[in-house]
Amino acid sequence: MSESVSTAEAPTRGLPPGDGEPSIWQRYGVVAVFLGPALILLGVWIVYPTIRTIIRSFFDRSGDEFVGLDNYQTLFEDDTLLTALRNNLLWLLIVPAFVTAVGLVFAVLLERVRFSTAFKVAVFMPMAISLFAAGVIWRLMYEKDPDQGTVNAAVAVVKDAVSPSGVLSAAQPSTDAMQGGPKGGLVLERVLATGDIAQLGLTGIRSSEVPGGAEQAVAPEALAGGITGVVWRDFKPGGGTAGEVEEEELGLPGVTVELRDENGRSVLETTTEADGTFAFEEVESGSYRAAIGPETFSEPYAGVSWLGASLITPAIMLSYVWVWAGFAMVVIAAGLAAIPRDLLEAARTDGATEMQVFRRVTIPLLAPVLTVVFITMLIYVLKVFDIVIAVAPGSVQDDANVIALAMWRTSFGGVNDFGLGAAIAVFLFLLVIPILAINVRRFRREV
Amino acid sequence: MTTAEIEPGGVESREPTATRIVRYLGKAPVYLVLVFLGLLWLVPTIGLFFTSLLDSTVVGRVGWWEIFSTPSLGTLENYGDILDNDAITSALLTTLWVSIGSTILPIFLAALAAYAFAWLEFPGRDWLFLVVVALLVVPIQMALIPIFSLYNDLGLFDTIPGLILFHTAFGLPFAIFLLRNFFIGIPKDLLEAARIDGASEMRIFFRLILPLGLPAIASLAIFQFLWVWNDLLVALTFARETQPITVAIFSQLRQFSANLEVIAPAAFVSLAIPLVVFFAFQRYFVEGLLAGSVK
Repeated sequence: MSESVSTAEAPTRGLPPGDGEPSIWQRYGVVAVFLGPALILLGVWIVYPTIRTIIRSFFDRSGDEFVGLDNYQTLFEDDTLLTALRNNLLWLLIVPAFVTAVGLVFAVLLERVRFSTAFKVAVFMPMAISLFAAGVIWRLMYEKDPDQGTVNAAVAVVKDAVSPSGVLSAAQPSTDAMQGGPKGGLVLERVLATGDIAQLGLTGIRSSEVPGGAEQAVAPEALAGGITGVVWRDFKPGGGTAGEVEEEELGLPGVTVELRDENGRSVLETTTEADGTFAFEEVESGSYRAAIGPETFSEPYAGVSWLGASLITPAIMLSYVWVWAGFAMVVIAAGLAAIPRDLLEAARTDGATEMQVFRRVTIPLLAPVLTVVFITMLIYVLKVFDIVIAVAPGSVQDDANVIALAMWRTSFGGVNDFGLGAAIAVFLFLLVIPILAINVRRFRREV
Repeated sequence: MTTAEIEPGGVESREPTATRIVRYLGKAPVYLVLVFLGLLWLVPTIGLFFTSLLDSTVVGRVGWWEIFSTPSLGTLENYGDILDNDAITSALLTTLWVSIGSTILPIFLAALAAYAFAWLEFPGRDWLFLVVVALLVVPIQMALIPIFSLYNDLGLFDTIPGLILFHTAFGLPFAIFLLRNFFIGIPKDLLEAARIDGASEMRIFFRLILPLGLPAIASLAIFQFLWVWNDLLVALTFARETQPITVAIFSQLRQFSANLEVIAPAAFVSLAIPLVVFFAFQRYFVEGLLAGSVK
């Protein structure tokens, strides 16, 4: 009895011993119970729809008229669909390689340290929260207004360090003594010589726009051998005289004042104090004019339009990398850990440098793992949907379009052309098959 | 030179402290880079969390980082509001039912089928198994249109069972594949002994196979649960009134700036569950991942 193990036919399986020859039903009834439910579900929900979708793709939107390959033709002619194809191509070319590379870098860094769990968790965590939630998070991050969007806030900080924005948004001279505009600067017409005082009064500045730290404007004293002046808000509620520094009028700090020579070129520059005063010390004798420089009026940073038509796809790709780098890192780290230490040691004792060890020993040994990660990403990238529909606002969905999104929008998102939608689905299927076939073959070899 | 005494489990055992410190200092740049990158990776999620705390009067106009300088901008009101918001709470409940159902059912059915493929004999068994695994290739998009019509005819459209059945079907190929490979590893003698003792296949399945298969089943369950909880595509296609949370948030996205005080807390709550599951079962997550991808 103990000899009759795993033979091809074992008609007594599943039956109490001692019965006669079982019937077909008894023999395979058990199998039916075990396999039946799963097979029914698979048949009804996967096999049958696949066939129906293929057939449906050859009919028009109503489903009544046979149109042959027309839908497939549309796939390659319609603008929106072509954008989807182009975008998916970009995704395929860029993202899997990028994710694998980032994962590799992280895994290598991690290998050199202990206590790596916290880092692993931080980087892997986005995988848990779904591509849709990730999309919502990044939609928030990519807001154009630097006051809201984190990415642009960071960019603004960098930009402000490099070229700060002006303190005033707009202003006009309070008297005819000054001419010009924010672009070229507001120039005081009166020619100045050393020892003169320049008064640059401005109006048209809202109280909320007066730079912080402004104090009561002060008319400065003359400076021998230099030129002094004041830039102030020449506006006294309830009257007052234009062109004169009066009480309750605030000086404007942080304003860039230029001293220009007879040719209009700026020879000296300074910034006003809290009370609006400025001073050019030790000026060579000559004729000058004072001007409020254009930098004073430079626009505050408006922010990069990540969610705009041109940058939307790269932006979404970046969010995708944020999600999947953790996957690549974990798998590659496991692969790294599996490399026998002796091989690396042997290479090192043979005199190889770290870089050589890495390139000649580690990478080739990692090749299978890197391939797994790369191919997995290829498959997922082909089907990308959630993150695109979450990050891309309605207005740029056409620009951010990808195949899976196009299929959904065409079938259920308003266009309601089931024939075309079916064709897109079949197209996606055809794209995925070769890549998955490679994967399945690898699994079969290892199973 | 350090004296490396051969102790069990370690080679470098007695390094002078000075050498150790120098070694750690050499690694300091790596540590710094890792800490920086790790924090960078956390920023987006932290951003969402603090955005969800912003008072509804300022959200959308002020950056979430302002909370650190002006704590009064933060409030738990938004969370209170969404808990009062019926659409959101029922969506969360729907998601819970769909996720639980779509985890238990496919794993149970897959385990049954996997056992049949592993230990029951019948003609065409291996060929059929390959066909089932091959179904992994089929993208969900292929099923959407016909099932949409089918559900309309059967009255399954916009129902929780409808969603569960769809997720179950598409969860089967991978689950069957994984479990069958696992079951094959169970020692034959155990099964033979049980059969000789006269146990029915059902009994063997429930008393022997399932308990033994628990590690693989646990990994699978976690993955499936998270996958279904986070799904948008299927929910978007087959749900209207009975919406999972992903769809509920999605419909709010239309008026993104206006609805941030709903979107941010709802999104955070919806991702809190997977996060908790993730942290609780980290180990299985990684193991399951590796089992599926690397051999």
